[in-house]
Amino acid sequence: MSAQSCDITLIVNDETVRATVEARKSLVDFLREDLALTGSHVGCEHGVCGACTVRVDGVIVRGCLTLAVQCNGARVETIEGVSDAGEIADLQAAFEQRNALQCGFCTPGMLLTAQELLQSGGVPSREKIREHLSGNYCRCTGYQAIVDAIEAVAQARAGGKR
Amino acid sequence: MKPAPFAYAKARSLDEAIALLGEHSDSARLLAGGQSLLATLNMRLSAPRLLIDITGIAGLDRIARKGGKIEIGALVRHAQAERDKEIAAHAPLIALALPHIAHPAIRNRGTLGGSIAFADPAAELPACLLALNGEVEITGVKGRRTVKADDFFKGLFETALGSQDILTAIRLPAATKDTRFGFAEFARRHGDYAMVGLAASGRADGKGLADVRLAFFGIGATPLRAKKAEAALAGGKLDAAIKALSGDLAPPDDLQATGAVKMHLAGVLLKRVAGQLSEQRS
Repeated sequence: MSAQSCDITLIVNDETVRATVEARKSLVDFLREDLALTGSHVGCEHGVCGACTVRVDGVIVRGCLTLAVQCNGARVETIEGVSDAGEIADLQAAFEQRNALQCGFCTPGMLLTAQELLQSGGVPSREKIREHLSGNYCRCTGYQAIVDAIEAVAQARAGGKR
Repeated sequence: MKPAPFAYAKARSLDEAIALLGEHSDSARLLAGGQSLLATLNMRLSAPRLLIDITGIAGLDRIARKGGKIEIGALVRHAQAERDKEIAAHAPLIALALPHIAHPAIRNRGTLGGSIAFADPAAELPACLLALNGEVEITGVKGRRTVKADDFFKGLFETALGSQDILTAIRLPAATKDTRFGFAEFARRHGDYAMVGLAASGRADGKGLADVRLAFFGIGATPLRAKKAEAALAGGKLDAAIKALSGDLAPPDDLQATGAVKMHLAGVLLKRVAGQLSEQRS
């Protein structure tokens, strides 16, 4: 009934994955080490930096504060899957155009976090964008360019719908 | 860092979870959203031998109005509560506090019951529960019991929960047209734990306020009521209430600020929150 390692079945980027994992293994370590999905990064490992952000059942979570074993039966999406699906192509282009990344360590988490805000619709204020990104550290850009990129995409997406 | 090894069990019922707690009394921890617990395990601040995942237990993720109370199941997640119309309408203090709690990715997983049970002295929800004169439903070996918020928080990360107890719900008095509430905190970064915070409620009584409850957080071992300041504020004396805080609170220095700075900030927060309390509810 209880075990140090557990068998799990989950869907990662639309593929069914079966694995045996140590109970203590975080979701982000499982994705990186067992599945070689290294787009999600490991930073602080206690929920502060946001570099490990991935989606579980459609919402963003901290990959370091979620155990792989808790994701048995869940649908997990990483930056690799979301990028390949083309879902955030406009956001990625805007980040590149506005120099919203330098070293790129925070970028996968930034993109997934920004996409969740953009999916809620409308054009959020810059203050709202900053608030939503408050759990994602960037040590290169000073955030200004990231906010610019997200704001531009929000405006473009809203314009496209009119 | 990585946590020390532990075993994992997913409980399918409260009875099963309580039985597992009994078998592993001091070496097991309950796992719900995990947003505080897993951070402390990663930092190896604690090393339980077993995590009992209670998120598969049915019926603990509901929000319902029962009589004059709002009952929030222990497994309701912060993001779910943020979207909930019952909470917006009948527990507006909770709605006001939720956006201050951590960040969106953490609110997507963290549970309200977990936050109350963990009882971090700098956390928002324990103070809200105290300010609202709420209560906690606990399920244990002998069945269910209810503990008032005033009796629930015992010390630093210590609560009325025993080793085989599970917090199953919190209940708050539903707001009426006379209910007043206020919330403010100082944090270095939006979503961080507060340096000092204040959750407050009261009842409009003519032009004044009655039943004022001021619950400060980040300022002691538990969320703390400032009872002398409550009395002064109910008498309409804001300046006296701010002065009275020095008799109610004795904040120790911590990593974020000295006790003197926290004391000053508590007064600033009281002034802001008193303004919110005196505004009419729209």
